[in-house]
Amino acid sequence: MRIVVDLTRCQGYAQCVFLAPKVFQLHGEEGLLYSPAVPDDQLERVREATAACPVQAILLGEEVSPDDR
Amino acid sequence: MTGDLRDGRIVIVGASLAGLRAAETLREEGFTGSLTVVGDEPYPPYDRPPLSKQVLLGQVAADTTGLPMRRNPDAEWRLGVRASGLDGIGKRVMLADGESLPFDRLLIATGTRARPWPNPDEAALDGVFTLRTRDDAAGLAERLAAGPQRVLVIGGGFTGSEIASACRERGIEVTLAERGPAPLVGALGGTLSKLAAAMHRNHGVDLRCGVTVTALRGDSGGRFTGAELSDGSRVEADVCVVALGAVRNVEWLAEAGLAAGPRGVTCDAGCRAFDMYGIVTDDVFVAGDVSRFPHPLFDYQLLSLEHWGNAVAQAEVAAHNMVNRGPLRRPHLALPTFWSTQFGLNIKSVGVPTFSDHVAIAQGSLEERRLAMVYGYRGRVTAAVTVDMAKSLEYYRHLIETAAPFPPAPGAADRPMAAEIPVPSDVPDPKGLSHGPTVALTGHLPDRRLTVIQPSG
Repeated sequence: MRIVVDLTRCQGYAQCVFLAPKVFQLHGEEGLLYSPAVPDDQLERVREATAACPVQAILLGEEVSPDDR
Repeated sequence: MTGDLRDGRIVIVGASLAGLRAAETLREEGFTGSLTVVGDEPYPPYDRPPLSKQVLLGQVAADTTGLPMRRNPDAEWRLGVRASGLDGIGKRVMLADGESLPFDRLLIATGTRARPWPNPDEAALDGVFTLRTRDDAAGLAERLAAGPQRVLVIGGGFTGSEIASACRERGIEVTLAERGPAPLVGALGGTLSKLAAAMHRNHGVDLRCGVTVTALRGDSGGRFTGAELSDGSRVEADVCVVALGAVRNVEWLAEAGLAAGPRGVTCDAGCRAFDMYGIVTDDVFVAGDVSRFPHPLFDYQLLSLEHWGNAVAQAEVAAHNMVNRGPLRRPHLALPTFWSTQFGLNIKSVGVPTFSDHVAIAQGSLEERRLAMVYGYRGRVTAAVTVDMAKSLEYYRHLIETAAPFPPAPGAADRPMAAEIPVPSDVPDPKGLSHGPTVALTGHLPDRRLTVIQPSG
């Protein structure tokens, strides 16, 4: 699974950083850096972070695999 | 009447953020016909912003930034093949492998590429990079991990500044050369560019402004060894990153008869492309960095943007309008928004900061490195930039959308004295800068190929 954070929308509430610190980190006071590829053992935490984001900026989904249409 | 628009053949040229989001939206909107997405890179759609941040910091690998889908768009992906031409009468997209794809409606989302170093022999030296694609980022990240002596970054725009920031965070010596008076000056104007310059220097960047790089040098083995500057000095370095801005991918449209030029493909508010006579088409649409579109808040001048959020918003509007008719169509009116993370600061922007004559610091201060700067043009608010104050940005967005008077009325509790004293925005002529503008107001005419400069002060 992959994530992308809409950083136009992100306001640095950092709920994701508390819920899935191995995936989301703050860089300075409010800049967010994250790992787009979600390890299986972090998936549940990332789901919680996605639901908890106050501005709903996190999208979790499969990446495109060109062969299976 | 809309039934037939939900069927037929749609081709999307461009398999990055805008292409993917448009494909998903077409299906969400009920399109049941055949959908083909063409991309010149061999990879499925991936996210580019992490390439100059997490990837260069060594935190994530360049091949792991694939974009998640909102839904499977059930498309045929033609990846690793470039579109080479468009026959607007025969309604076919020609591919570089000789094949051609017939379409009923076409979306152009070919984006931009990195502006290359002008001297091809020097650009080919081992150790000279640009940064736009996943492959670029993988190669550069590998060099940074190997611990170079010094990295030379040419161009002090957002990308160049983020690269310099990542290098310093990894403890790598870095020199940044910018022709303009300070980094980010072309995007943010004079005052914030001084903050940017201070951040570079405080973090140990060897910042050289007001100079150009006149030549890149290599050894007999073809390895980059350093560069000559216009002030007569020389920088010894083993890696060079050319960050001179972006070039629109419009060459494949040269014979297509569209209003396509160096600033992009001109379209109307509904994302429909104009032809070379300024007549709007109804079967060719444009979205993302390659588009040039009118915006009512900026005197209906045509905007060229290189913004993540615009690619998403415009792709959604274009897709909607490809499967809806007449009054059901929507205009693309989203305000430009942008962010950058560098030297531990989170910089966010809304509106068009270069469309300004004066600025005022409405909240916070330069000393705190935490502030909201408001930009005004002829007495109304046209943009705002926050540094580590993202939660305030929404308020200023509202001021821009309502054409609120500048300087803005008191509202924030932490309003500094500086809010009462607007200073000139000092937006320089982009011709004097190394870094290309990421937002450009490009005049009113669809076939116009010049940049219109807003006079400052």
